[in-house]
Amino acid sequence: MAKTVLAVDDSRSILQMVSFTLKGAGYTVVEAGNGQEALAQAQKQKFDLVLTDLNMPVMDGLTLVQKLRATPSYKFTPILMLTTEAGEAFKAKGKAAGLTGWLVKPFDPQKLMGVVKKVLG
Amino acid sequence: MDSPQQAFKEEAYELLTELETALLELEECPDDMEIIGQVFRAMHTIKGSGAMFGFTDISSFTHEVETVYDLVRSGEMKVTKTLVDLSLQARDHILGLLDAVCEGQPADLPRSGELVRQFQALIPGKTSTPAFEVPVQEEKAEIDELQTYRIRFNPSPEILKTGTRMSALLDELAELGTCRTIAHKSKVPPLDQIDPELCYVSWDILLTSPCREEEIRDVFIFVEDECEIRIRRLDIGSDGEEQQKRLGDILIERGDITQDEIDKVIAKSRRIGEMLVDARLVDVDAVESALQEQQLVRQLTEKRKEKTEAPASSSLRVPAERLDELVNLVGEMVTVQSRLSQTAALSGDSELQSIAEEVERLTEELRDSTLNIRMLPIGSTFSKFKRLVRDIASDLKKEVDFQTAGAETELDKTVIEQLNDPLVHIIRNSMDHGLELPDVRQAAGKPRQGTVFLGAQHSGDSVVIEIRDDGKGLNTDVIREKAISKGLIGPDENLSDQEIYQLIFAPGFSTAQQVTGLSGRGVGMDVVKRAIEALRGTISLDSTLGKGTTVRLRIPLTLAIIESLLVKIGSGSFVLPLSAVEECVELTQSDIEDSHGRCLANVRGTLIPYIPLRNSFAIPGPVPPIQQIVITRIDGQQVGFVVDTVIGEHQTVIKSLGPMYRDVRCTSGATILGDGSVALILDLVPLTQQHAVTEAARLS
Repeated sequence: MAKTVLAVDDSRSILQMVSFTLKGAGYTVVEAGNGQEALAQAQKQKFDLVLTDLNMPVMDGLTLVQKLRATPSYKFTPILMLTTEAGEAFKAKGKAAGLTGWLVKPFDPQKLMGVVKKVLG
Repeated sequence: MDSPQQAFKEEAYELLTELETALLELEECPDDMEIIGQVFRAMHTIKGSGAMFGFTDISSFTHEVETVYDLVRSGEMKVTKTLVDLSLQARDHILGLLDAVCEGQPADLPRSGELVRQFQALIPGKTSTPAFEVPVQEEKAEIDELQTYRIRFNPSPEILKTGTRMSALLDELAELGTCRTIAHKSKVPPLDQIDPELCYVSWDILLTSPCREEEIRDVFIFVEDECEIRIRRLDIGSDGEEQQKRLGDILIERGDITQDEIDKVIAKSRRIGEMLVDARLVDVDAVESALQEQQLVRQLTEKRKEKTEAPASSSLRVPAERLDELVNLVGEMVTVQSRLSQTAALSGDSELQSIAEEVERLTEELRDSTLNIRMLPIGSTFSKFKRLVRDIASDLKKEVDFQTAGAETELDKTVIEQLNDPLVHIIRNSMDHGLELPDVRQAAGKPRQGTVFLGAQHSGDSVVIEIRDDGKGLNTDVIREKAISKGLIGPDENLSDQEIYQLIFAPGFSTAQQVTGLSGRGVGMDVVKRAIEALRGTISLDSTLGKGTTVRLRIPLTLAIIESLLVKIGSGSFVLPLSAVEECVELTQSDIEDSHGRCLANVRGTLIPYIPLRNSFAIPGPVPPIQQIVITRIDGQQVGFVVDTVIGEHQTVIKSLGPMYRDVRCTSGATILGDGSVALILDLVPLTQQHAVTEAARLS
């Protein structure tokens, strides 16, 4: 069965690119515009991977990760964050929140697929 | 929906409108964190998406503005009227940059710089910020050599809680090369004490891969902070170390003990691993892991040894000019040697003769080895054609299976280089004119996929290259009609199939009814033929209608020295390339009288036209009563050349005649004979053509 990915970003262009790339690789993609929407989607169905932006209105990425990890069904789900920087401070914060990995912007479809494959196997 | 770029533009316009509203609101209530957050996010999104879709001017400028708002957000800066003014200007500038991109105008970068400076001036206690840099993808340096790494991967028990999949990590490692993975399971508690959310296992991985250590580390990039990762490169078989002999072996060698006796004793003892495990110093997994490493290292050491022992590994790069110089010197040497042999033979001094013979033998060996240095396998050219065939096939919508043989056949480097274009042309022709479209092939009962075969093999002092297709073959009727309409032959001329095939090589001939982008570009097979002739080679065709066509190129191994036939006319010496010579027959005065001035010789019932070279070169002097006809085959046709005497085979070192004689077509150079005199090397094809022209003029 096709793996499902929840893509979360307030930028429609990035969301479109992520979605287009993943669909092209055979994944089923559900889009969400911010953390709140994402959380609602995550409760409706179980995703194999969550890809989220950091800075978003309503609910930011880190809060989303914390909330997802607190949900039993998402305790071990890979969660990737799209970010413009991956400094030590970010890594520490992200890991503490339960982040699996990150993807530094700007990225191209190839890089995106590389990271997705890395965490999903 | 349109491209992501288009989506980004639309989104950016929307964000800029939002930004404007937010900035105006911010002016009203400068302390509203909600609005500050909005402004920051708008900038952040424009920057992030801009960089992703290649709008670097926009993203680098926006980054600077975003930096300022980050400070505002964290309370280090206050919102002032100046900041809002500047932000509005920045917003207008981003819009301008976006419009510029849409209309293909250059970006107003000086304005970006100016605004950035103004923004930076607002930052308290800040002199300058590093410019926003678009991360450059790292170039991966290729290392041919395989390395073996021992990787100890000991994850923190909590690792599963960040969604990390161990199997994904190990699979990724396995993709880098050949992997042996040993799991250490000793820390796994009894079942009733297991916490399923924790990871108890650690791994030892032996990876043989061309990757560098950093690339392996990259696999662990998301987990490096919470795991113990040790990567060590194993040194294998370096410095050609000699394995130290074991004690038992030495004892056997000395005859103190026999192999059987030792085996018996060893069978009683136990392996060190077992003893250590029993002593509870290490666990089973650790021993297993170490054994695996030992085994792998042993295998690799053997492999490496085989590799270094192979002769291919020792090669040298030498500039081509040096080789050319060497070939020239050897050429001179061959010339001088033949003078020595000749002088020795005339002197009657047997000691001198034996020295001359020795020198001759050595010179020949030297010549062969020198020419061998320049030899390269033709395979490198073949592999280029694979791609060519693939591309042409998709252009023509034909299905082609490209086969090659004899890639290891060696040819002179210069010859290989000059063969490239003719081969490209012939292959194109085969695919364009020869092979039919898949549907046509199927209708004709052939496999849909056509075959183009390119092969090379040695044949005497030349290499034969064959380009074969299983296409529709040459239609002699069509070629004939075409040649008649082009005025190349008369309407009632009676030609053999071979002669008709040769018409294809006539200048300006093209049988394709339709001119395609690939082959029908006015440069026909005549260009190919000329190129092959420039290499002193010959080209011939063979075809069966409906079955396919074979083009055969015969190329001499080297351009520098040729086997030739030395002849004399009057006092002058000439050489003919031996590859073209078939036989020599006598021409008596009565034969000439019998043919009534038509220059035809009757050789075993076949009439062969001949060219009196004495006339061609206007050589004065008496004609000997019995002359010789050297019969050659040129373009599939027999032609005789009349000379006074045939001296015999000769190793000809080709010398150019210099620019003065550049336009003389009947000779392809000269050579220096043993006695120091010069002999012209005859270029038979133009010689025949010129004779035909003068003969036609004489008859009319």
